[in-house]
Amino acid sequence: MKITGLILLFSLGGLLFYGAIDFPSWGDPNSPASSHLSPYYIEHTMEDTSVPNVVTSILADYRGYDTMFETIVIFTAGIACIFLLRTFKSSIPESRMYRHIPTGITLRIEKGGKVPDHSDHFERIDSVWIPYDLVIRTTCRMVIPFIQVFAFYVIAHGHYSPGGGFQGGVILGASFVLFALGFNLRLAIRQMSEKITVFMCALGVFIYAGTGILCMVFKSNFLDYSALASLFATDPITARSYGILIVEIGVGIAVMGVMILLYYNLASGGKHKEGL
Amino acid sequence: MIWQIELIILVMVVLFGIGALTTKDLLSAAILFGAYSFMLCLLWAIMGAVDVAFTEASVGAGISTVLFVSAVYRTTRSTDN
Repeated sequence: MKITGLILLFSLGGLLFYGAIDFPSWGDPNSPASSHLSPYYIEHTMEDTSVPNVVTSILADYRGYDTMFETIVIFTAGIACIFLLRTFKSSIPESRMYRHIPTGITLRIEKGGKVPDHSDHFERIDSVWIPYDLVIRTTCRMVIPFIQVFAFYVIAHGHYSPGGGFQGGVILGASFVLFALGFNLRLAIRQMSEKITVFMCALGVFIYAGTGILCMVFKSNFLDYSALASLFATDPITARSYGILIVEIGVGIAVMGVMILLYYNLASGGKHKEGL
Repeated sequence: MIWQIELIILVMVVLFGIGALTTKDLLSAAILFGAYSFMLCLLWAIMGAVDVAFTEASVGAGISTVLFVSAVYRTTRSTDN
């Protein structure tokens, strides 16, 4: 069986390499891919959308309909993760672990027992508990604001430099994941609850599709941002640039929500009680 | 671009890819996969696809490694195949 697999692998791989010989060489200006459509984008991006970054203008304007469904794919992935992993009833009776901070004694309170109030003396801990490290906590506390500011920069500056909604959203989500890793999952969920993350997933897709429908309200095609010129009080070309920014913000919100949701569900096994 | 650096990165992509596939320990497989993604990100950057490199760095090397590690945390660490 293993030999058959190897023979199959090498014959198919050889076929693939044989097919790849006919490909145009890397960066060939006469190749079919870069001789018809790409020159148009490269030459007309500035006059069509006034966005210097060609990738952003293709992604959010020329191929805006495509990107909308990419956002919906990510949204669907987040929803599917909830359906697969989220559990609301636990089979084992719930017992909570508390730590008395001044003495360091750990208490295990079974279900129905008296749970200590939220105070400086008691903190709730996970059943597999690793003592918090001061260095990790302080580093997270110092680094997270910079990560978030950088994420906003990536979203807002996607017109001029590499970046955009997808990357910025992932970085913004990663900052919350870092918070959950450095502190604990319950604290992260208290800061950014599950309801808000699910709402953000839907809000991002709504902003994207809503911009498209707004263009239709202004008697133009779906996602033709030049129709929004009267709304922004600018010329149609600059309106395209603004439209791309709004759409990128929508993508960023959706991606951020999905990333946080994926982490919450994977790290806690769908219980949202305790996790990595 | 200096072709020696390109060659080193290409060899490392292949090595990390094979390592991620063959290792029995799932946690080190996840870390190796992150390293593989980062090498791929460098390769995109060399070829001038900076947007793709950015996406690969943030999604492939960043958040998917965290998601893999958190998934390994919920299962057993080693595998038979």
